[in-house]
Amino acid sequence: MSNAIKDLLFKMADDALIIGHRNSEWTGIGPMLEEDLAFSSMAQDKIGHAQALYTILHESFGEPSPDQLGFLRTEAAFRCCRFVEQPIGEYDFSIVRQFLFDHAEYIRYDLLAQSTCKPLALLAKKVKGEIKYHVLHGDTFFKQLAQGTEESKARMQSALREAWHQALGIFEKSEFEEELIAQGVFAGEDELKKRWLAKVTAVVEAAGLQIPETIESKIDFGGRRGYHSEYLKQLLDEMTEVVRLDINAEW
Amino acid sequence: MPEVLGPEQQQIYTWLQQVKDPEIPVLSVVDMGIITAVEIQPESSLVLVTMTPTFVGCPAIDLMKKNIVETLASVGIQAEVKVDYETKWTSDRMTAEAKDKLEKFGLAPPPLTRDEDLTEEQLNNVRCPFCHSTDTTLRSAFGSTLCRAIRFCFTCQQGFEQFKPV
Repeated sequence: MSNAIKDLLFKMADDALIIGHRNSEWTGIGPMLEEDLAFSSMAQDKIGHAQALYTILHESFGEPSPDQLGFLRTEAAFRCCRFVEQPIGEYDFSIVRQFLFDHAEYIRYDLLAQSTCKPLALLAKKVKGEIKYHVLHGDTFFKQLAQGTEESKARMQSALREAWHQALGIFEKSEFEEELIAQGVFAGEDELKKRWLAKVTAVVEAAGLQIPETIESKIDFGGRRGYHSEYLKQLLDEMTEVVRLDINAEW
Repeated sequence: MPEVLGPEQQQIYTWLQQVKDPEIPVLSVVDMGIITAVEIQPESSLVLVTMTPTFVGCPAIDLMKKNIVETLASVGIQAEVKVDYETKWTSDRMTAEAKDKLEKFGLAPPPLTRDEDLTEEQLNNVRCPFCHSTDTTLRSAFGSTLCRAIRFCFTCQQGFEQFKPV
């Protein structure tokens, strides 16, 4: 059982750490001050969530310290989905990703609030209250830009098309899926995907855009099994550059 | 705070009033409602303080832990601080007095959430800490620290910060 829970914790923690790092890349270059602050704050939240999840792995499952887990594992040991690895791109892509990813994140934590894994359930109840602000942010800007000018509308539809099959990669199942469901740890990726699809479809359609057609063979799977896009290695090299200069340094 | 406190626990809560939230220096860790338990070990006289973070990624947690240990050490008490989510922090845990202090500090206090999702009422009915008008709007859910949002008051035409309801 513990391998199944560990796998779930690693994929959630790694998603949070990597999207957190990507969000932080907007610090200083946001299109306006409020957005600079918003992406920076969401980065800080996400990295905090990653740290809390790594702490559960450390304290309840005997894994190394949160810093070691975040900074010193190789690319293949990461279980994040490929969606979070993608570069921030233009602002339209970042908003669409934030909107799609955070709806999934919110529903995942909502389902986990009932988990039989107690430390995870307690954390999930807490994190939900923070992610509701990320969802509010994503919905607000998604709608505003989708209903703005002809250009902003076209850009949002195009970013949605670009992000769609990557976003569906969030729901890649692991070999432990059935076990997690049977033990009441997590309701499962299919249930999450179903609820997510209903939620994002409602917002996208209300904003006057179209949900792209899903082509199963195009879904960007692999991340949950350690097969990542070219971007993860680049991100990890940059993120861990200082720590690798002297891994025993005291900060 | 637990319902019934022994005199020794009460004394510790009084001492903890000196430990301020570094991001909101008018409020103590007790006012904020982040102290969830104070246990005195009968054998060793060690005091175990349990706290629950306002935000999971709050960078002030380590500093507050350190300040709690140092403040109690200054009155001759050896303490350990444990951080957990056993009791979930919500902004409803702030005392009424704390909310009053927040408003005087220029930070609009959070409305009660009763552990519900965000409602229109929570988002719209926020009083400007400067002119007390409720004709205000949310400009950004994110501000200068994780716990703050940026709002604007149409009456006095000023921007202000709010402690977010969570």
